[in-house]
Amino acid sequence: MTPVATPFFFYFLAGLTLLSAILVITRKNAVHSALALILGLLAQSGLYLMLYAPFVAGVQIILYAGGIMVLFLFVIMLVNLERSQKEEQFNRQKVAGTLAAIALGGLFVAVFIKGKALFPASSNQIAEGSNTQQVGELLYGQYMFAFEIASLLLLVAIIGAVVMAKKRI
Amino acid sequence: MLDYVTSYLSSNTTPGQAGNLVWALIYILIVFGGVSVAVMAMNWLERKALAHFQIRLGPMRVGPHGLLQPIADAIKLLTKEDIIPERADRLVFWIAPLIILCASFAVYVVIPFGPTHAITDLNIGILFMLGVSSLSVLGVVMAGWASNSHYPLIGSLRSSAQMISYEVAMGLAVVSAILMTSLNPSGTGTLSMIGIVEAQQRQQIWYLFKFFPLGFIAFAIFAIAMVAETNRAPFDLPEAESELTAGFHTEYSGLRWSLFMLGEYAAMIAVSSIAVTLWLGGWLRPFPNALTGATWDLAFSLFPGFLFLILAAVAWVGVIRMPKHPYFRVQTLGLAGFGVVLGLIGLVLFVPPVRDRIQDIFWFTAKVAFFMYMYIWYRATFPRYRFDQLMRVGWKVLLPISLAVLIGTAVAGVVL
Repeated sequence: MTPVATPFFFYFLAGLTLLSAILVITRKNAVHSALALILGLLAQSGLYLMLYAPFVAGVQIILYAGGIMVLFLFVIMLVNLERSQKEEQFNRQKVAGTLAAIALGGLFVAVFIKGKALFPASSNQIAEGSNTQQVGELLYGQYMFAFEIASLLLLVAIIGAVVMAKKRI
Repeated sequence: MLDYVTSYLSSNTTPGQAGNLVWALIYILIVFGGVSVAVMAMNWLERKALAHFQIRLGPMRVGPHGLLQPIADAIKLLTKEDIIPERADRLVFWIAPLIILCASFAVYVVIPFGPTHAITDLNIGILFMLGVSSLSVLGVVMAGWASNSHYPLIGSLRSSAQMISYEVAMGLAVVSAILMTSLNPSGTGTLSMIGIVEAQQRQQIWYLFKFFPLGFIAFAIFAIAMVAETNRAPFDLPEAESELTAGFHTEYSGLRWSLFMLGEYAAMIAVSSIAVTLWLGGWLRPFPNALTGATWDLAFSLFPGFLFLILAAVAWVGVIRMPKHPYFRVQTLGLAGFGVVLGLIGLVLFVPPVRDRIQDIFWFTAKVAFFMYMYIWYRATFPRYRFDQLMRVGWKVLLPISLAVLIGTAVAGVVL
C-alpha cells in the first residue's frame, strides 16, 4: 500500500491553513472570519491525519470545528454586525507588529535551516491501526496524574463560568 | 489493470484497507446511490404512513398508490425558480446546504454494511461519525444567518442550541457502549465500527442486552438524542411551522431546499446505522451464536428472498383489488410490473453466491429500516415539545442518566 502522506497533500493542506488564517484577519465581517477559521481547523486536522494521528484529528474536528466554533458563531450572530463593520479593523502599532513578525519569521527560517540537526531524520512509525489504543494507554497509564489534574482544572473552569453567568444560584 | 480489480475480491477486507481505489470508488457509488434511493423511498413511505395514521389516503395519483410521487416531486423541485433573498449573504447562503449535504453523506464512509462491506474501516470510526455529523450544525447556523431574515435566524439559533445540548448525552451513551468493547483479555476496546460489531459477536450478546438494563438505558438515551439531533418530530422546534414557518430553511426554495431535505434524511439513516452498529449487532443475523449449524444458516439466508416474494405477493393483491375501470389500466399494469420486478429480485436472492454475499447487508438494512419506521411513528403520534421542556429533558434528565449509566457500565465491567 502506497503511503498517504505525499508532499502534495502536505503543501495543499498547509496552503489551505495559511490562506484561511489570512482570511480570518482580513475579512471585515466577523461571521466570514469565523467560517474561515473553521476551514483552517479542518485543514489542520488533515495535517494530523498525515502524521498518522487519527485520534487527534478526530478530536480536533469534534471539539474545535464542531463544538467551539459553533458557539463562536452563535455569539457572533447575536452581535450587531453593522456597527462593528464601521469600526477600524487594524490598530496602529506598526512598529511592534513589524518587530514581532521579524522575530517569528527569523525563528522559522532558523528552524528550517537547522531543522535537520534539531529533529531526527526519521522516527519510529506508530502503527496506525492501534493509535487510539496507544493514546488511551498513555493517558490512563503513564500520564494518569497530569490527565486527572487537567480534568480538575476544567471542572473548576465550568463551576466558575456557572457562578459568573448566574446571578442567583 | 484487470488483476488489480479482481485481486480485491479474494482479499476479504474493505476496499479502504486493501487500498484498492477502483473498488473504493465502486463502493462509494453504490452506497451514495443506494442512500439517495432510500431517501426517495423514505419520502414516499413517510407521506403514505402519516396519511394512514391520520385516516387519509396520501399520494394516490402519480403511479399506483403514489409510488412515482417522489420522482414527480424531484422534477418539480429541480424546475422551480431558485430565489436568493436580495440582502442575503450570497456566498454563505450558497454554501450552507452543501455543508449539510456533505456532512451527512461523508459519514457513510465508515458505516459497515457487512464484515467487508464498508468503504473503509477507520481506527477512529465512531469518533469520525460523531465529529463529521456534528459539522452539520454549522450548515444550519450558516443558513439561518445568511438568509438575513428573522424566522430563519431564530430557527437556526434554536436548532444549534438543541443539537449541541443533545450531542452531550448522545456522546456519553456512545462511550458507555464503547466501554463494553474493552471486555476482552487485552483490556483495550475499539472505536472502529467493524471492531465494535465483531466485539459483540465475540461476547455473544447485543450490547442492547449487555449488563441489563444498563445497555438498554444507554440505547434508549441514544434513540431519544438521535431524534433531537436530526431535528425531527417531536423535537422539530427549529422548523415548528406554527411559530417559525419553516425555521432555518424558510428562505430556501427549489433545488437548495431539496438539498436540505436530502441531507436531513441521509443524516437520519446515518444515526440509525450508528444505533444499529453499537447496540443491535450491526450486520449480524438474529442469534448468530445460539442457532448455529448449516440448517440455521440456510434458513436465515433464505429470509431476504422470501421477504421480496411476500412483497411481490402484496403488490399482486393490489393488482387484483384495483378497480376494473379503463381509467385505471395504466396504474394496474404499472403495479403488476412492480410486482414482477420484486418477485424477480426475490428469485435472484435465492441464488447461492448472491445469497451468501447479500445477507449481511440485508440484516443491517432491515434493522435500519425499523428505526426509519420509528421516526415516522414518532412524528405521527407525539406532540411537539416546548423549547424550555426540550432543554430541560436534554440537560436535566438525559445527561445525568447517561452519566450514571456510564459509571454503572464501568463498575459492572470491572466487577462482573
